[in-house]
Amino acid sequence: MRAPAPVIVGAGPAGMRAAQVLVQAGLRPVVIDEAPKPGGQIYRQQPDGFTRGARKLYGFEHSKASALHEAARQMIASGQIDYRPNTLVWDADDRQLYVTCDGKHDAVPYERVILATGATDRVLPFAGWTLPGVYTLGGAQIALKYQGCAIGKRIVLAGTGPLLYLVAYQYCKAGAQVSAVLDTSPFPTLRQGVQAFVADASLMAKGLYYMAWLRARGVSMMHGVAGFEADGVGRVESVRWRKNAASAMQILPCDALACGFGLRSENQLASLLGCNFVFDEQDCNWQPQVQPGGQSSRANVYLAGDGMRIGGADMAELTGRQCAYSVLQDLGIHCDKKQVAQLARRIARGRKTRQCIDRMFALPAHWMDAVDDTLMVCRCEEICAGEIRQMLRDDPHSGLNRMKALSRVGMGRCQGRMCVAGASMFLAQEQGIALSGVERLRNQPPVKPIPIGGAACKP
Amino acid sequence: MSGLFTRLVDQQRKPCHFFVNGTACTARMGDTIMTALLTLNGHLRLTEFTGSPRAGFCLMGACQDCLVLQENGERLRACSTLLQENMRFVIPEQNR
Repeated sequence: MRAPAPVIVGAGPAGMRAAQVLVQAGLRPVVIDEAPKPGGQIYRQQPDGFTRGARKLYGFEHSKASALHEAARQMIASGQIDYRPNTLVWDADDRQLYVTCDGKHDAVPYERVILATGATDRVLPFAGWTLPGVYTLGGAQIALKYQGCAIGKRIVLAGTGPLLYLVAYQYCKAGAQVSAVLDTSPFPTLRQGVQAFVADASLMAKGLYYMAWLRARGVSMMHGVAGFEADGVGRVESVRWRKNAASAMQILPCDALACGFGLRSENQLASLLGCNFVFDEQDCNWQPQVQPGGQSSRANVYLAGDGMRIGGADMAELTGRQCAYSVLQDLGIHCDKKQVAQLARRIARGRKTRQCIDRMFALPAHWMDAVDDTLMVCRCEEICAGEIRQMLRDDPHSGLNRMKALSRVGMGRCQGRMCVAGASMFLAQEQGIALSGVERLRNQPPVKPIPIGGAACKP
Repeated sequence: MSGLFTRLVDQQRKPCHFFVNGTACTARMGDTIMTALLTLNGHLRLTEFTGSPRAGFCLMGACQDCLVLQENGERLRACSTLLQENMRFVIPEQNR
């Protein structure tokens, strides 16, 4: 008897390329995606009625975006995949994924599942980060890409990572006023620049192009920024920032701030499925443990794309395909060994590039040192640093999960997605331990809020 | 209060009507609820604990900061739900 088709969670570059490899091998995978159209966040498609073309929406990456959309369209139209858009996977066990679509609950059985769940911005807390007008960098980009809107009239972009310059460029090109770019990373050294050029010349060239373009239009770009905060009554009215810890705060009037410090994987389902996690020093984060082909520590669970390791859209396409080949091999289905070897080489090269990027845009390790008691660490439950310090006085050796239980940090609706990076750094700082010594925040179902409705959740 | 978001490009879409606290408003077909509300208003909700205004944060369905209340008592995630004709929202005024 033929094994049931694999299930893929996520229809971004990783999920769709994985689906394509499985389809080419004669399988009909189930593809479950939260969004109404395929493409993921990076190649997100606009709602019906918008008219801008791929070149405007995706810039230099427009041909990749169009190719992915076309591949997805063909597989959906011909019924080669069982495509389920607008569907959230909110829990999973050994046999089934529990899904909600349009308020209706269902279970999807699986024998093998590929998790291509993508990433969100990694954010760190600062004074005023809950004010209306403060958004993530990825969020600011979505406002433009998906809705043709800017998050404000005078916008400051702050944090670190390649997205800072890309979003600044895209906003300026669309006619928005970018007041400043505040990068917490120092300007890359010559050595770093050369390494990045050797690793991926075209990527580095794009980055330099964005920066030169912004400079030519007089957008002020600051490097090695020590700190920033948002200020205002009821909404953002200015951003205050300083060059280094000793210097005075400078004030920039603005009405919006987009912030981010790289990306963090969405790996809640891997966690609920019992996959092992390991701390990665380069990423300063816990990651699902994977073999080179994307196999997790669970025999029937595979990972690909940014949900496995932050690597960007090109890497997501490659690791999506690689992961699908691993599934085929485990099913005993023949696959082209040359293709597999070539993919492995390209992925190894991509990992080297990522190392260069991570070195140039490192997480500011001292962000949570000596923070004020009034700093709100958890947005959902509105828990401040002082409340956590009070809790730690009674329970000084608390781990992150106990801290969550006692202080409610990470217990809100976002399930720690927005606060875990800052809360982990804060706990490490308060306890005088390395970040790697802070345990991983456990996940709970449902991974996102779902309507309870009249029926029981698990059918 | 003026809106947070600014419409920049691709805004020649059909109008879509909705209500905020009983007042008739107009946005565009294809707008998310977030876009419709934040091009007119400065926030989407007040927090449960401190009553502080919030206007969303991640725009990709992860942070849950943009939950907005409808007159029927149900909440919707404003960033990932498209506006439909005659939707009715309740947004409490900011405490001053």
